[in-house]
Amino acid sequence: MDKILDKKVINYGEAIYEAITQEMARDENIFVYGLGVDDPKGHYGTTKDLHKKYGKLRSFDTPLSEDAMTGIGIGAALAGLRPIYVHQRMDFLLLCMNQIVNMASKIRYISSGEHSVPLVIRAAIGRSWGQGAQHSQALQSFFMHIPGLKVIAPTTPHDVKGGLIASIRDNNPVIFIEHRMLYKNAGYVPSDTYEIKFGKGRVLREGNDITIVGVSHSVEDSLRAADLLKGVGVNAEVIDPISLSPIDNEIIRDSVNKTKKLLVVDNGWMKCGFSAEIIADVATNCESILCQRLGFPETPCPTTPSLEKHFYPNPQNIAKKANEMCGGDSEWNPPEVVQHEIVSFKGPF
Amino acid sequence: MNNLFDIKKAYYLFLLIRRSEEKIIELYNTDKIKSPVHLSIGQEAIAVGVSLALSESDIIFSNYRGHAHFIAREANLDKMWAELYGKSRGTARGKGGSMHLNDYEKNFIPTSAIVSTAVPEAVGYAFALKYKKQEGTVVCYHGDGATDEGVFWESLNFASLHSLPIIFICENNKYAIYSHQNTRSLNNPIVDRAKAFGVSSIRISGNKTKNFFDATSDCIKQIKKKSQPFLLECMTTRWRDHVGITIPELSKAEFEEIENAKNNDDLVELEKQLPEDDVLIINKKVTTEIENAINFAESSNFPEESELYDNVLA
Ligand SMILES: Cc1ncc(C[n+]2csc(CCOP(=O)(O)OP(=O)(O)O)c2C)c(N)n1
Ligand SMILES: [Mg+2]
Repeated sequence: MDKILDKKVINYGEAIYEAITQEMARDENIFVYGLGVDDPKGHYGTTKDLHKKYGKLRSFDTPLSEDAMTGIGIGAALAGLRPIYVHQRMDFLLLCMNQIVNMASKIRYISSGEHSVPLVIRAAIGRSWGQGAQHSQALQSFFMHIPGLKVIAPTTPHDVKGGLIASIRDNNPVIFIEHRMLYKNAGYVPSDTYEIKFGKGRVLREGNDITIVGVSHSVEDSLRAADLLKGVGVNAEVIDPISLSPIDNEIIRDSVNKTKKLLVVDNGWMKCGFSAEIIADVATNCESILCQRLGFPETPCPTTPSLEKHFYPNPQNIAKKANEMCGGDSEWNPPEVVQHEIVSFKGPF
Repeated sequence: MNNLFDIKKAYYLFLLIRRSEEKIIELYNTDKIKSPVHLSIGQEAIAVGVSLALSESDIIFSNYRGHAHFIAREANLDKMWAELYGKSRGTARGKGGSMHLNDYEKNFIPTSAIVSTAVPEAVGYAFALKYKKQEGTVVCYHGDGATDEGVFWESLNFASLHSLPIIFICENNKYAIYSHQNTRSLNNPIVDRAKAFGVSSIRISGNKTKNFFDATSDCIKQIKKKSQPFLLECMTTRWRDHVGITIPELSKAEFEEIENAKNNDDLVELEKQLPEDDVLIINKKVTTEIENAINFAESSNFPEESELYDNVLA
């Protein structure tokens, strides 16, 4: 049977697990480490029992020590291993910044290409159930800012598997961004291994009226918004860039040259962020494009649900904004859409 | 500074913590508390013993597992409950949740949910006290896992270098989430490591309120004579999961350890030392205070959208 046709429905978390276990079987230089990777929950199941399958040398828990653990991964990578360092929250990467920014991203450059750092750093963005100020930050722009790093934030089970395999096989440090609200997303995933390409985005929905670009979880809400927009006769094109650095500017430019309107839905703060970067590229390289953006307000994330609902962009306000940009009725109030992954999430962490 | 151990007060605070957290467990499945909760059940003796030895002018740095520290400091219980409910009368007006409690009046500094990150702040506060020749000692609660971080030792080094008035209260429940201490460092006691940094350190076993009280009182006495840092490694056992209300998935040995700890519950010991009447009165008082706090939370409003931007910058 054709292996590529052999596909099945699994969820995002399972797809990550599959990528790791298949790659570990292929290459014994790959190892997985991080807080709780060998605990009973195995980081949303993505690392569950890898230590039983591949031994404790290849999947191990660490002291908290994020700063040193990052450097240790870099050192191991210099010596030819291919580490995958796992973080429960992206916020914890702030303890690793010196190693990532001053070391991992620079070593190839300062060794005239003789050394490289094939290190994958996985980190999950948190949301809801009171994650609040220090457990919900989406810091993709910090890493997109740094030459010498690759950054990827897949949203579908298909892309998360192919994206992780590509990251593991890549000879550069890769910041691999996951989202807590995506782990349960189900979709078709080929059983065999495959890579998706860095710097290649995907048009998830075709349309001629407006281009909506999301990132990580906001891609989901952008698709929901596109559904709402159909109800008022607006055909939105929804783009998932998947890879944030390098980023597929071409796919966005092509789309906006057709639709003449761009709405970027950030999954983070807007200032100096992902949306700023996308819009800057379009402003520099395309003509007469109406640009707007949505994202987090300039405040830390509140824990209470009564304010959290005003903090995140949602399908309704994305649709409303897009409709207005298309000259639609500003009085239109899109019907409420259930964000089932958020409503059904009950913590505790 | 207090030298006399007040059993009645100890029992009251202990019971208030235990019953509050049991109430959280009881209510958690109603989803009224949409917040991660890191319970202290099993560890309360430390917070109670330490707090009873402190004065108004002392400063508390706690962490995400802060309910016990907060309640033992006699901080505002109504506001804590309102915060758990995400209501506008909470300690952070509903914006912080269980992991970021604070009480300005009680010198209970807003807590951090990033492990070990408040340790240098605690040292910085102690530095300021000494700098301003101000009364008071800083108490810095942290877990055993916090000592895995480099910043922990960098902070201890500075505290000892500058002889700062601070007591590090290491709540050693032996776990960081599911990771046992032995899987995170070789057998190399935290007290010994702290001593190597010039910080006088003692390990206190047995999980008894009075022992934690005595040790803290003693540190405070010495700090009053001569400003200097201390570390108390307080051995304890957490009975519930790291986060949430569930019972941990345990090996037989770990299960036995918790059973053993439950059989040595200091709450029961304290109760035995009090006249029955006092016990009844205190139980009634605790029940009423918790009921009132929950009513306060229930009857508060959720914050309005207009509050979203409040308190981002001064
Ligand atoms: C810097 C950082 N790394 C990881 C985490 C995730 N985390 C939260 S609590 C915790 C365990 C800390 O253990 P310990 O210091 O012993 O305190 P305890 O929870 O046992 O009270 C971990 C790993 C975090 N919050 N911050
Ligand atoms: Mg611990």
